[in-house]
Amino acid sequence: MGPVLVAILVVPLAASLLCLKAPARLAKAATLISGVATFGLALSLVPSHQVATALAGWLRADALSVVFLVAVSFLYAATAVFSIGYLRPGDSPGEARYSRRFFAGLNLFAWAMAMTPVVNGLALLWVAVEVTTVVSALLVAIGDTDGAVEAAWKYVLIASMGLGIALLATVFMYYAGATVLGGSYEIFYPRLLGAASRLPPEIVRLSFGLAVLGYGTKMGLVPVHTWLPDAHSEAPTPVSALLSGALLTVSFYAILRFYQVTAKAVGPAFPRDVLLVFGLGSLVLAALYLASQRDLKRLFAYSSIEHMGILAIGMSFSAPVAIIGVLLHVLAHAAAKATAFFGAGSVIRKFGTKDMNRIQGGVGALPWSGPMLLLAVLALSAMPPFGVFRSEFLIVEGGLSHGSTALAAVLVVFVTCAFLGISWSASSTMLTPTPDSVVRGEVSTWMAASMVIGLGALLVLGVHPPSQLSALLERAAAELGAHR
Amino acid sequence: MLGSSPSSLTDAADVVALLVLLSEFAMLRSSLSRSQVRLYAFQSLCVSALAGLVAATRHIGELYGLMGLSFVLKVIVVPMIILRLVKEVRVDVTGSHRLGVATMVLLAIVLSVFGIFVVGRLPVHSKSLPILALALAAAVILVSFLLVIVRNDVVSQAIGFFSLENGVSVASLVLAAGLPLIVELAFLFDLLVAVVVFGLLMRVHHGRAGTLSTETLDRLRG
Repeated sequence: MGPVLVAILVVPLAASLLCLKAPARLAKAATLISGVATFGLALSLVPSHQVATALAGWLRADALSVVFLVAVSFLYAATAVFSIGYLRPGDSPGEARYSRRFFAGLNLFAWAMAMTPVVNGLALLWVAVEVTTVVSALLVAIGDTDGAVEAAWKYVLIASMGLGIALLATVFMYYAGATVLGGSYEIFYPRLLGAASRLPPEIVRLSFGLAVLGYGTKMGLVPVHTWLPDAHSEAPTPVSALLSGALLTVSFYAILRFYQVTAKAVGPAFPRDVLLVFGLGSLVLAALYLASQRDLKRLFAYSSIEHMGILAIGMSFSAPVAIIGVLLHVLAHAAAKATAFFGAGSVIRKFGTKDMNRIQGGVGALPWSGPMLLLAVLALSAMPPFGVFRSEFLIVEGGLSHGSTALAAVLVVFVTCAFLGISWSASSTMLTPTPDSVVRGEVSTWMAASMVIGLGALLVLGVHPPSQLSALLERAAAELGAHR
Repeated sequence: MLGSSPSSLTDAADVVALLVLLSEFAMLRSSLSRSQVRLYAFQSLCVSALAGLVAATRHIGELYGLMGLSFVLKVIVVPMIILRLVKEVRVDVTGSHRLGVATMVLLAIVLSVFGIFVVGRLPVHSKSLPILALALAAAVILVSFLLVIVRNDVVSQAIGFFSLENGVSVASLVLAAGLPLIVELAFLFDLLVAVVVFGLLMRVHHGRAGTLSTETLDRLRG
């Protein structure tokens, strides 16, 4: 399985380099091929029960890594499809330059995010997450409008400061390992996990707290989420989809790696409590903010904060079924949020604005994307038969079965609040009569096709997840200390 | 240096670490972008010296290489990139303080004392540097946050982030002097990329807004 890991890192990088030079048509093809190939490679890792390693152990993919790799590469492929329609065929030199930069950046961004779950060790993990930050900051700024530059500056500054704290957390964890393993050791996960029970507890607790604060900044946990709505709303739509579905989740992955060590070193109660505090804050604040949003992309950005809160709360429930639910939620949220952003992309193109007060009758104007956007909103609100329903059901079930009844109730109440907010906003823009001035018809077949892919994945996850995927989720949950 | 007694080495390390914190204070109050960048170069020089000290006392050959690299990068390359930008723009930001200098410095002192006392009590036993250096590093990190928060021009904010990284570097010299070289190299490479991106965005911001101040960045809220 080692060569697969190497290929996952080579393919998007090669596509990115190619896009720097190639004309738009070739760049689109290369991005699509690279996205589909990466997804295929990630899927080939799903059935394997062995831990894949490569490059003398610097690359390593256990079940937990594969879950996140599947999420990232699925979004990469779906976004590649969407981007083909999103970038208009332009002949002017300015548009050609934009398209070159865009596709090169998109592939590089996907490469950095695919690297994050497969590098071995907390230090390289930090390096990979930092690379995702700088690449995505440039992609946010690529539109070169006042809003885009403002959002990119806030994003790169706040996320970098957060990652500075995450680096400090990494250094403390390295020190904790050094007290057991000696001054200079290779910082691979298995060595640190093997020594976890002998690590000094105060240092591990400090390190975990700093890691949640630091990586939580990139994950969008309240109160360090402030860059998120700006960056999501100002970035080009394909980048918004990747930011929300993939970038936030790989930051969550980084926190999970710290969780793994901390739970073994000081017991699971402490990391659960920390995650619960951040998770509750995110869920409550986002659920309340959702109702007052008038910008379509900001609406979905706040929904991302809500879902990141759900992930953190899910981790704080001790039941194994809740942990499995959290990992399924990673996949389901990625598919649902990307579909929502793809739909938003079509709507924004059609009406030429992100302001929901000026968007009327989206369903009438966009015969395919409109209804599919509504379905994506329902999926995000955990309606059956979509994947998010199954994952949130598992999380709540885990909370109820292990004595966290009150918390599970709070979770359900605020998820319902968020549902009201997002469905009210979405239906008031989509289900109203279409003005006569708007031409009916799809913006682009490619853009609509990407939504079909997203909804298809959601249905598969919701109705009947493949048995190999379920087995993968169980193995990954076991790696996080949840044994059935 | 090698022949001197351990206690004088510890003292030297403490003094250098203190200089790192003092230069952070100076950056906080300095109102000229140029002098801020020079202070950052001086701070990086201190961090490199500290790395050299650890390399000499603990005989870690790799750390010399790292010291050289961080010297080239943080004392020469990064300050040059930013100084060039400041020169091109020809506005030396003055008075971008949101608070008065006295209030700012008082706040910084409170934060430093907090950092020094909290971290000084941690059960850390380092072979390379005294625990006081770690406590001072914590103070540098806290003050760098203050710098980013209370100054509203892009140069100060970028310098704030770079000096945060210096603080983490000092902490890692205390805690993780044996970190594998490849990882340290990756850190430095990352810093370089971050600097380029910061520089690029600063330039774009100046091109659009005609100023280095962040006062105009208030469109996105809610």
